[in-house]
Amino acid sequence: MSDEDDIILAELDDEELVQQMFDDLYDGLKEEIEEGVNILLSRGWAPYDVLTKALVGGMTIVGADFRDGILFVPEVLLAANAMKGGMFILKPLLAETGAPRVGKMVIGTVKGDIHDIGKNLVSMMMEGAGFEVVDLGINNAVDAYLEALEAEEPDILGMSALLTTTMPYMKVVIDTLVEQGKRDDYIVLVGGAPLNEEFGKAIGADAYCRDAAVAVETAKEWVGRKHNQMAG
Amino acid sequence: MTNALTKMLAERDWILADGATGTNLFNMGLMSGDAPELWNEQYPEKIKALYQSAVDAGSDLFLTNSFGGNASRLKLHNAQKRAHELSRMAAEIGRDVADSSGRTVIVAGSVGPTGDIMQPVGTLSHSDAVEIFHEQAEGLKAGGADVLWLETISAPEEYLAAAEAFKLADMLWVGTMSFDTAGRTMMGMTSAAMVEMVDKIDNSPLAFGANCGTGASDLLRTILGFSAQGSSTPIIAKGNAGIPKYVDGHIHYDGTPELMGQYACLARDCGAKIIGGCCGTMPEHLRAMRAALEGSSKSGSPSLEAIVAALGPFSSTGDGTEDNAPTARVTRRRRRIA
Repeated sequence: MSDEDDIILAELDDEELVQQMFDDLYDGLKEEIEEGVNILLSRGWAPYDVLTKALVGGMTIVGADFRDGILFVPEVLLAANAMKGGMFILKPLLAETGAPRVGKMVIGTVKGDIHDIGKNLVSMMMEGAGFEVVDLGINNAVDAYLEALEAEEPDILGMSALLTTTMPYMKVVIDTLVEQGKRDDYIVLVGGAPLNEEFGKAIGADAYCRDAAVAVETAKEWVGRKHNQMAG
Repeated sequence: MTNALTKMLAERDWILADGATGTNLFNMGLMSGDAPELWNEQYPEKIKALYQSAVDAGSDLFLTNSFGGNASRLKLHNAQKRAHELSRMAAEIGRDVADSSGRTVIVAGSVGPTGDIMQPVGTLSHSDAVEIFHEQAEGLKAGGADVLWLETISAPEEYLAAAEAFKLADMLWVGTMSFDTAGRTMMGMTSAAMVEMVDKIDNSPLAFGANCGTGASDLLRTILGFSAQGSSTPIIAKGNAGIPKYVDGHIHYDGTPELMGQYACLARDCGAKIIGGCCGTMPEHLRAMRAALEGSSKSGSPSLEAIVAALGPFSSTGDGTEDNAPTARVTRRRRRIA
């Protein structure tokens, strides 16, 4: 244990540095995370390893504490911001090196609903877990979802609503997918303050996610299952 | 400074507030995504009917249709320049209804959150937030609101910005927060921390409390948390009529009038003085709440078990005020104080 001034990232060995990056993500320290990412890269780490071992590892801790009601939105936003600093460095390198993809998600708040704090949190946590996220923003009609699904070919469709009056629109989107025979092409996850598991089932979603951390866990589980099915 | 609400607070053991605004307006044909505040101009008779329904059901106080009537929310409907005007209209219609009721009914000018996250985490500056709230406060004041009613706030910074704005408008006010995340607000504030914050505000509110959130049980646990701090400021309880359920394409709150009657009495027993409903609370719920409050007297504070037995389980095991609440990771660089 040392005081703030005493930690010099470049002097830490790999294992200590990764541990320190977990701490720095937890504290939302963007510059320190960027420095940590650059140091690991300069030591010959593959970009994919920096992502999964340092950033995703750190965000997993943040996510667990968010899920357990220990951290709240402000801390998670700061951590996600720090993580984005690291991702900004890694993204082009990941593309160059053809690193494996965890999965891809198209996400948006449904038509009539203009709330996006929770949806943004899910986007950031999903990116923090290594997913590629296409964020459609607020107030999305069924066509906007369909176009994006067509263009992006994601594994997951995520829909968010804060209002009890807009949450039924999720069913409109799912029903349209069913009509067009596309429902089984995607994992459909739904979330938002007034929703619950019963509602998710009633409208035909694959799962309801209580918060951003649960969304990440659920996404990983379902994508894993989907890939296994395809392999089998 | 005294006014109708300070007088009522001094004279009465409890005050019945109103129920839902949104749920009622949607039943009147408001479409999801539309700004309810625009109805103050387009359909004033419907807004009047909404207020009147609360007054007829026995409410001593009702909130104006101005929850999203600030420039930041109205911007999403391209009506950002109309915050003052639409808020004034909301209060004017309310003033008429209250003045023709034949008894004292308080017009509380509803002020909801900006919807933006404040600096340093978010983008909204303190001075911009104060300006946004001030503009709406002046509109509500011009329309004849008795008090300002800040509600559904998550961030302490936003609560404080509104307090500052209401001082600029020279208006008395009350303010509630929404405790919907593991017993805390979305931004992590506990019931105990809110009392501590409220007690320090220079332009202190006439009453403070909780609204909306996750169901009536959780809300009462929050009220108990307020009471445990022993503040002398009156407490407000405005809980949802149960939990939203999806039935035949519509959202229905599962709390019956009878259950809300029980909730109202329990809220009083927990220490709340201003008692009302939030989402899903219709006039029939308000009638049952008034009858239940009139037909019984205050008893001792209920246990958490008694709340669960009457209103159903909590959404989280704790609310951050218990001694063994989980604490954050201790990091080397920036040590956290739990």
